Amino acid sequence: MNTTTATTTIVLHGHKVVGGIAEGEALLTTERISGWGGIDPRTGSVIETRHPLRGVSFAGKVLVFPGAKGSSGWSNQFHMTRLMGTAPAAMLFNEMTTKIALGAVVTRAPALTGFDQDPLQVIRTGDWVRVDAERGIVEVTRRSTDE
Amino acid sequence: MRLNDDEKAMLDGRDGAAVSKAMDLLVRYGEALGAERLVDTRNVCGTVSASTPFMRDFALQKGGMDAVFSEFNLDSDTVVEVPPVKVYSTHLQLGFDPNEAQRMGIAEEVVQFYRKGEAFTAGRGVQLGNTCTPYQVGNVPTRGEHCAWMESSAVVYCNSVLGGRTNTEGRESTGAAMLTGKIPYWGYHLDENRRGTHLVELDIDLESTFEWGLLGYWMGELVQERVPVVVARGGRFLKAPNLQRLKHFGAAASSSGGVEMYHLVGVTPEAPTVEEAFGGNRPVQRLRFGEAERRATWDKLNSTARDREVDYVMLGCPHYSIEQIWEACQLLQGRKVHENSSLWIFTPRAIKALADQNGYTKIIEDAGGHLMSDTCSAMSRAMPQGTKVAALDSAKHAHYLPAIMGVQAWFGTTADCIDAACTGRWNGRLA
Repeated sequence: MNTTTATTTIVLHGHKVVGGIAEGEALLTTERISGWGGIDPRTGSVIETRHPLRGVSFAGKVLVFPGAKGSSGWSNQFHMTRLMGTAPAAMLFNEMTTKIALGAVVTRAPALTGFDQDPLQVIRTGDWVRVDAERGIVEVTRRSTDE
Repeated sequence: MRLNDDEKAMLDGRDGAAVSKAMDLLVRYGEALGAERLVDTRNVCGTVSASTPFMRDFALQKGGMDAVFSEFNLDSDTVVEVPPVKVYSTHLQLGFDPNEAQRMGIAEEVVQFYRKGEAFTAGRGVQLGNTCTPYQVGNVPTRGEHCAWMESSAVVYCNSVLGGRTNTEGRESTGAAMLTGKIPYWGYHLDENRRGTHLVELDIDLESTFEWGLLGYWMGELVQERVPVVVARGGRFLKAPNLQRLKHFGAAASSSGGVEMYHLVGVTPEAPTVEEAFGGNRPVQRLRFGEAERRATWDKLNSTARDREVDYVMLGCPHYSIEQIWEACQLLQGRKVHENSSLWIFTPRAIKALADQNGYTKIIEDAGGHLMSDTCSAMSRAMPQGTKVAALDSAKHAHYLPAIMGVQAWFGTTADCIDAACTGRWNGRLA
């Protein structure tokens, strides 16, 4: 029996929201994220009741999500994640709002939006993702084990 | 982003380091949004207070309130000296009621630090409204007025009910706007983004504030951050919903979703007709709200609740109007809060003063409840000791409090809540 580990790489192009280069494991949710009352900056985890990522930390991850919702405390809560060392490594999202734009700016993690392919369809949790926000390029590497 | 000469001069330091940092943040933020320019504003609602232990420690380590403002209101890496604000600015709600610190379990040194911060804030010309509802205490934008407000429930009220123009700003962008009188010209500042996207048709009439909250919570989850146009059963609202109803409605819609603007045909200023509310847009979706949706929403809002013994009843999210305090007093008259339960009601400072004058504070206190200001339990994370089950008349609070405090929450009418406070048991049900 042969076991081979193959890697595939997918490339997405988007618009820069916040510049910089970062990489990390993808954490994906198809639900929007609330800032104040939706995350706990001490752990970088989602706390919203009924959210699929409840209890999961995005610290150091490339957070892939549709966008922001909820209170205007969004930017402040993500600002706090930067100060507390629990910020995501990068943010990839589809829906531009003032909450997420300001939140991304003050988190200072590389961030992109406006993609040529839907990152919610293309990327999976656990993929390795390299974000070059200056050039608007996202490289997604997936390991798949075939027998 | 294009800056005019005045804006460039601010960025280049003409008006000092703090204004330059403010302009630098507005440029980064505007470019992140893809805004083409800034717009003048002379109405800002934001928060600059340091009412959490984290903020206090930050201030003590990094250089006082200037350090707090530099980091949390300007996103500046260096501490800059904060000048008086340039435009009319109102302070929003904060982390506790400094006049009720003991009851809220706030340490004396945190209160003392807050008092210094409050003096700093007032000294720079920020009005100490200390409420999530600035429109209840004298900051009432006019139609078309460009504002820079944070607090999602206030934003949706400003845009939808008053016809003011604001996006949901944050602590950092409102700090920058206070010092510059500028905010990115994007989103709800532009006509085309204020038009309706979704049609919501009502199959039932809505009367109480409670019912408006159910509609708001249901609608927000479905339309998220888009612009719903609500049409009454038969095309016309029999009674125009008043301030307390729309305060609850908008707060609910901006909690389950991100609604920053809605239209009620025949009621709100930019929706005299369905056609004008959509302004040429074709509705992307048509939604209907009837008995089944109403029941499903009530179930969802009560999904965290199991135990009927109620430890704590909180009213005043968003901050209660004087009308709501009066109604609560009528419901409380001749009754006492149960020994196993507590009743806290939150309102703006200015309305608390009116309630004192009207004798309402005494009625509430005589019944064993407390009328407090400046905050709420979700903001302060303060509840009566040992609270496991709360009862709330706010859909917004029923959304947030279980997530933030890990408690069970019942959602019902104000009468259900007062009854729970006085009996210690939840007997609310959907009529």
